[in-house]
Amino acid sequence: MTCLPKMTDKKLGLVIDLDTCVGCHACVVSCKGWNTENYGAPLADQDAYGEMPVGTFLNRVHSYEVQPEDGLAQLVHFPKSCLHCDDAPCVTVCPTGASYKRTEDGIVLVNETDCIGCGLCAWACPYGARELDGVEKVMKKCTLCVDRIYNENLPQEDRIPACVRTCPSGARHFGDLGDPNSDVSKLVAERGGMDLMPELGTKPVNKYLPPRPKDQLSSDQTPTQSLQAQADNPAGFFAWLDRTLEKL
Amino acid sequence: MHPAPSVILFTSLSGVGFGLLFFLGLGMPAPLGLNAFIFYAIAYAFAVGGLLFSTFHLGHPERAIKAFTQWRSSWLSREAWLSVLALGMTGLGAVAQIFFETRLAVVSYAGAALCLLTVFSTAMIYRQLATVPRWHTPMTPVLFLTYAVAGGALLSGQVGIAQPVLGLLGALQIFAWIQGDGAFARSGSTLATATGLGTNGSVRAFEPPHTGTNYLLQEFVYLVGRKHAAKLRLIAIILLSGLPIVLLVLPFNHMFAALAVLTHVAGVLVSRWLFFAQAEHVVGLYYGKRG
Amino acid sequence: MNIQPTVDTSPKVSDEIRKTTCYMCACRCGINVHLKDGKVAYIEGNRDHPVNQGVLCAKGSAGIMQVTAPSRLRAPLKRVGERGSGEFQEISWDEALQIATDWLRPLRETAPEKLAFFTGRDQSQSFTGLWAQMFGTPNFAAHGGFCSVNMATAGIYTMGGAFWEFGQPDWDHTKLFMLFGVAEDHDSNPIKMGIGKIKQRGARVIGVNPIRSGYNAVADDWVGITPGTDGRFILSLIYCLIEAGKIDLTYLARFTNAPVLVDPDTGLFLRDDSGKPLIVDRTTKTVVAFDHQGADPDIRGMHNGAVTVFTKMIEHFLVPENAPEAVADICGISAKRIRTLAAELAHVAFDQEIRLPRKWTDFRGHEYDEMIGRPVSIHAMRGISAHGNGFQTCRALHVLQIILGTVETPGGFRFKPPYPKPSEIHPKPHGDATPNAPLNGPHLGFVHGPEDLLIDDTGHPKRIDKAFTWENPMSAHGLMHMVISNAHAGDPYKIGTLFMYMANMSWNSSMNTSSVMDMLTDRDENGDYVIPRIIYSDAYSSEMVAYADLILPDTTYLERHDCISLLDRPICEADAAADAIRWPVIEPDRDVRGFQSVLVDLGARLGLPGFVNDDGSAKYADYADYMINHERKPGIGPLAGWRSDDDTGRGPVNPEQINKYIENGGVWVKHIPETAGYYKPWNMAYQDWAVETGLYDSAQPYLFQLYVEPLQKFKNAAMGHGDHQPPDHMRDRLKQVMHPLPIWYPTATVENDQDYPLHALTQRPMAMYHSWGSQNAWLRQIHGMNPMYLPTKVMRDHGLRDGDWAKVTSPNGSIVVPVAEMAALNEKTIWTWNAIGKRSGAWALDPKAPEATKGFLLNHLISELLPAKGDGMRWSNSDPITGQAAWFDLRVRIEKAQPPKSSQPQFGTLKSPVGQGPKTVTRSTKEGS
Ligand SMILES: Nc1nc2c(c(=O)[nH]1)N[C@H]1C(S)=C(S)[C@@H](COP(=O)(O)OP(=O)(O)OC[C@H]3O[C@@H](n4cnc5c(=O)[nH]c(N)nc54)[C@H](O)[C@@H]3O)O[C@H]1N2
Ligand SMILES: Nc1nc2c(c(=O)[nH]1)N[C@H]1C(S)=C(S)[C@@H](COP(=O)(O)OP(=O)(O)OC[C@H]3O[C@@H](n4cnc5c(=O)[nH]c(N)nc54)[C@H](O)[C@@H]3O)O[C@H]1N2
Ligand code: SF4
Ligand code: SF4
Ligand code: SF4
Ligand code: SF4
Ligand code: SF4
Ligand SMILES: [Mo]
Repeated sequence: MTCLPKMTDKKLGLVIDLDTCVGCHACVVSCKGWNTENYGAPLADQDAYGEMPVGTFLNRVHSYEVQPEDGLAQLVHFPKSCLHCDDAPCVTVCPTGASYKRTEDGIVLVNETDCIGCGLCAWACPYGARELDGVEKVMKKCTLCVDRIYNENLPQEDRIPACVRTCPSGARHFGDLGDPNSDVSKLVAERGGMDLMPELGTKPVNKYLPPRPKDQLSSDQTPTQSLQAQADNPAGFFAWLDRTLEKL
Repeated sequence: MHPAPSVILFTSLSGVGFGLLFFLGLGMPAPLGLNAFIFYAIAYAFAVGGLLFSTFHLGHPERAIKAFTQWRSSWLSREAWLSVLALGMTGLGAVAQIFFETRLAVVSYAGAALCLLTVFSTAMIYRQLATVPRWHTPMTPVLFLTYAVAGGALLSGQVGIAQPVLGLLGALQIFAWIQGDGAFARSGSTLATATGLGTNGSVRAFEPPHTGTNYLLQEFVYLVGRKHAAKLRLIAIILLSGLPIVLLVLPFNHMFAALAVLTHVAGVLVSRWLFFAQAEHVVGLYYGKRG
Repeated sequence: MNIQPTVDTSPKVSDEIRKTTCYMCACRCGINVHLKDGKVAYIEGNRDHPVNQGVLCAKGSAGIMQVTAPSRLRAPLKRVGERGSGEFQEISWDEALQIATDWLRPLRETAPEKLAFFTGRDQSQSFTGLWAQMFGTPNFAAHGGFCSVNMATAGIYTMGGAFWEFGQPDWDHTKLFMLFGVAEDHDSNPIKMGIGKIKQRGARVIGVNPIRSGYNAVADDWVGITPGTDGRFILSLIYCLIEAGKIDLTYLARFTNAPVLVDPDTGLFLRDDSGKPLIVDRTTKTVVAFDHQGADPDIRGMHNGAVTVFTKMIEHFLVPENAPEAVADICGISAKRIRTLAAELAHVAFDQEIRLPRKWTDFRGHEYDEMIGRPVSIHAMRGISAHGNGFQTCRALHVLQIILGTVETPGGFRFKPPYPKPSEIHPKPHGDATPNAPLNGPHLGFVHGPEDLLIDDTGHPKRIDKAFTWENPMSAHGLMHMVISNAHAGDPYKIGTLFMYMANMSWNSSMNTSSVMDMLTDRDENGDYVIPRIIYSDAYSSEMVAYADLILPDTTYLERHDCISLLDRPICEADAAADAIRWPVIEPDRDVRGFQSVLVDLGARLGLPGFVNDDGSAKYADYADYMINHERKPGIGPLAGWRSDDDTGRGPVNPEQINKYIENGGVWVKHIPETAGYYKPWNMAYQDWAVETGLYDSAQPYLFQLYVEPLQKFKNAAMGHGDHQPPDHMRDRLKQVMHPLPIWYPTATVENDQDYPLHALTQRPMAMYHSWGSQNAWLRQIHGMNPMYLPTKVMRDHGLRDGDWAKVTSPNGSIVVPVAEMAALNEKTIWTWNAIGKRSGAWALDPKAPEATKGFLLNHLISELLPAKGDGMRWSNSDPITGQAAWFDLRVRIEKAQPPKSSQPQFGTLKSPVGQGPKTVTRSTKEGS
């Protein structure tokens, strides 16, 4: 299935709110926890207690500083996992067909039993969304929790990705981005959801909601009226107060 | 990119090997019997040896056969097919020349074409990667093919061809380096596009997602000092093109010829090391590391 | 063409889910532990739990790696090598308990105070405290003294509760959320959930913090204040609000002590015969008790020369020193910005008022048709409290909230049961030890004047940590950070056994770590250890283990019973009372025992009252038995749920109680009726509900204390009034800091600013809990080392680039550490993550682990004592009122350094009593991994 499907019935994906993500790494670890136990081989940690621990994670949280022209520097926490691209280069390069994009929901998956661990798909992915497992030597990536979202052993409300379920600040949203009426699509429209590295033409399904403008309070756009001083010494204040209390 | 010995040896050696096979296929020379055996043995040693090295790069070499399935979309899969076809076709010619002392022209020409196609497909594995701007250029297949032809000409003793092609190779390689140095900047990918945060100001990587290393950093983020790279480039050009040309210009001598081959192959290895080590993957942007 | 593979989209998730309470930190979220073949397969948040409502943080999700950590202790240990070497021998529990009994019994029989029992991140203080009380030693406390006692006491003295466990913003209604000095806090998940909610509504978040990371990074506005100056900034906000008349006069008149009359001579309240403070009734113009039915208190009331608290307050706050223009430079915030912030507070509080149509009646019998809300909410934690002026700064912040009328009103700050609880109904501290008898009362509490201090007639401290003395009169949580140095110095006296639980005192929880290690290993002239015996309970091979003589290995949190009780640190929400349990969802695979059960056993062996029956037999089989059967008062026990059929919170013992909790996901919740949901301190519906639930014995309506009378009493004493007099050298300081209205004073930890121009701070990383996280194979990949973050300008000035190393020097010493640049940082501040640095050899990590070679502690630079003053005296590096450790007063300078082999200082490699962790981990229940 190395060829990409012409169309997928749905475009399931994540919408990540950079205005709200506090960078807590909860999504990182719950992803690790779920996926080491479920789909495919466990996610290995090598030199786990040693000098140079290296483990496989399907989701990582970066952070960036943004320095506006004038104004205070800002810090943005930036979670990143597979974006389930529509034009996924990781799929077309795969020589074995292990990498594929599902026709029913657009999820990009690796069939581990077919994977030869050549690493080419990871080379082709601009986002660093694929990691070769150090022990199993097969390619690992976000499965969009394909084994949760349809899982009949889970209550309906839990049929969402582990990272979305756990995110304490509600910065992660899951849904069908192919359906313009879905909650996630509306959110993207409302908040100007964006693509990462659009110039590479991968057409990511996952979208990022940009941070809202910051530090507006002391700028001139502030709606706040400045306070009107009644008195800057106790005597004046008591005079004002006595007048005010009369009216109370 | 991490300059893994397996891929360096794979691309370098198989390039030289298929280059030699290409010339043998063209009948330049067209040895028979034992002579043919020696030529083909050398060619196969390089080509097959290179291919074998490539399997060291695989996590699951025992499943390598599966790599033949996706020829419709994957250059790696195509390369698998083409290399087998090329080896098969040239092998047929080789058997005829060694054991039957006849040259099967059609088969040999077809083999020669397949050899170049194989090298081309190898190059296309890299050329197709938009994630590595330095590779994402037609220069990549052009270079790979020139490397193969130059090496093939040298090994096959086609001094007349080898001299100009080695010169051309040197020039192309220098051009590719210069062009490659600006490729990342021209690609338009920056930390701003990678994060989408560029509209608010200048973006700088702050804390990485993990304090240690990981597969991505190990595989894609490799830093070569600028001075170090310049030195290596000089060495590479001298070894792969300069010295061999000089050695070929000197009056013919088997020692010199062998030396020319050796320095050339050494130069190929050095330049291939640079090909990987200097290639920057866009994922480095996320880590605030280009390299 | 291949056919798309079929994926099993409905794999079995687990065989069984067991619901218990997380303890990867003290937030205490509910967790669903999924088990396969009896092994933990996956941990997720419990959706029905009041604290986390289904979400789980990074640490919580990594719980699996905590219960399988190779650093877990495996059996009781007896020290065989030198102290500090890490050489131990495994022994049986019988032997261990015998040793402990043999050490403790003689102390109890002769001088119970010679046992110092201190617990760290303990969540069973009502139990451990009871044990210590029954033992008879005055020397008990938990970690509160070095943690956040400034916040807790300032809140309780001011308004009957502070932040975190005491209360929370009204996340559903607030329109402006202002956060002071918080990186993570104990309320980890609820704050994140709250911020998420607010942002979804488009309400504003303002972060006041020298560092713009985490919560402050998502804040709409960031106020990058200079450390230690929040008090000044808050006083200036108060100034602006008063100046503009933007204060809630009605609220102040009715619900605070603003109208209370102050005796002009003593500064104490005028009181009636029954001791109730007096006010002037505006209607009758008479002087009546504050709670007089129907009274309408007059904030401008006067009587015989006495004026109201309010009048004093205005005179106190409305002075030129508090004007924004006067404070701007000190705080590093422009005057314009301070004025804008004040205007925004006023705008939201008064122009965006909320009215909930809920009828209620206050304690004076006034009836209200609706609940008026001022939707400004504030939250703060250690950033303002862990300073030497923290108590007064926290006071100022509470006063700011109160003058805006936002406390306990819709959209503002809301208490969580059992709070609100005025300081008067908390116990007072007790410290009188008698051989073979319990202490004369509970250890910790709230003093109301000099007469409550724990000093003897000669002025000698009764407690080893010198809590409740003139040096720190209101040290309601004790001073854990002084125990080791005082015990070592034999000042105020020598002790026999130091018994500690869950506190990494030889490392990240101490100041001046290297000297602590010296004190723990120091010997006297006879060659005996100066601190004769040390018993310690830990669950892991921490740095502290090496310094103990006897180790009582605890279980992990999934392997034991625990009780998160309304009697100590509850998990309630503003709308509900709640408590919870832990229970062994898996059995330990090692020879370890739950520490509380071990204490129950020790209590019985020592024959402590309350732990033995009349015939001397053990009263409780274990901690679970105690949780069910112990009663504090008739009908009140550690757990409030399922005591009786009507389930009020009070009632007789129910043997099925724990099973009921387990059936209900480990948690019990009792909702507060809607009409009782706000205005709790004055709302009779709430007061009645609280009594019914067992939170109070009788209704306790009270006034918020803008003016804190006990402070005035200490001040009076310092001025020479009264029977209880401080030593003379303390008078000036007491006169300065014991001010009944909030003040600000600079904290001087260095002689001059030029030598140490930078402030150095630590922050909690969200994905690590103090020292615990490093043993966790997943979490340590996220934070395996910690750089020192420097502001851009400092980086440039010193020619530093990311990855370079620098020497950081304080008056207490130097460290050499890796640096990294941060632009979103106060220009005078540098910082690092807390407690990532590890001692080589600890935690079953490779001795060359990055935590030890690149990670570092700031603690080496922080001293428990300030540099000597002119008179040669060294004050403790603590708040002079509460004794709170002033972690964040640290001042340093930096210079570029050659990269050393490892971060400096190093202390040698500890011998690991548990060996080293395995190379590779592929965690899964699938095959024997
Ligand atoms: N520089 C600097 N230092 C600081 C602070 C700061 O801000 N800056 N903050 C201070 C504050 S507020 C605090 S509260 C302290 C915290 O410092 P500590 O109280 O020392 O906290 P932890 O490092 O969590 O260590 C507690 C110990 O408990 C052990 N433990 C973990 N789980 C269990 C268990 O289930 N049972 C038992 N028996 N033991 C267990 C751990 O192994 C560890 O040894 O640090 C203080 N130190
Ligand atoms: N993940 C995680 N959670 C934890 C813990 C943990 O170790 N890990 N520890 C728990 C414990 S014991 C505690 S006490 C709490 C503490 O929780 P927090 O109160 O959040 O404590 P710190 O992380 O020490 O953060 C102090 C914050 O105050 C800021 N600050 C320092 N000085 C000043 C100042 O002068 N003014 C202002 N405005 N800000 C200042 C610092 O930049 C930092 O952001 O967290 C608890 N929760
Ligand atoms: S993010 Fe990377 S791995 Fe995921 S679909 Fe896109 S290219 Fe492939
Ligand atoms: S690593 Fe596996 S999935 Fe990736 S390209 Fe190679 S075979 Fe395909
Ligand atoms: S969707 Fe599932 S696999 Fe993907 S990042 Fe989230 S938790 Fe991980
Ligand atoms: S869990 Fe949510 S808030 Fe935390 S890092 Fe992930 S996306 Fe951000
Ligand atoms: S905040 Fe995290 S670690 Fe703390 S109790 Fe909750 S889930 Fe556990
Ligand atoms: Mo703390």
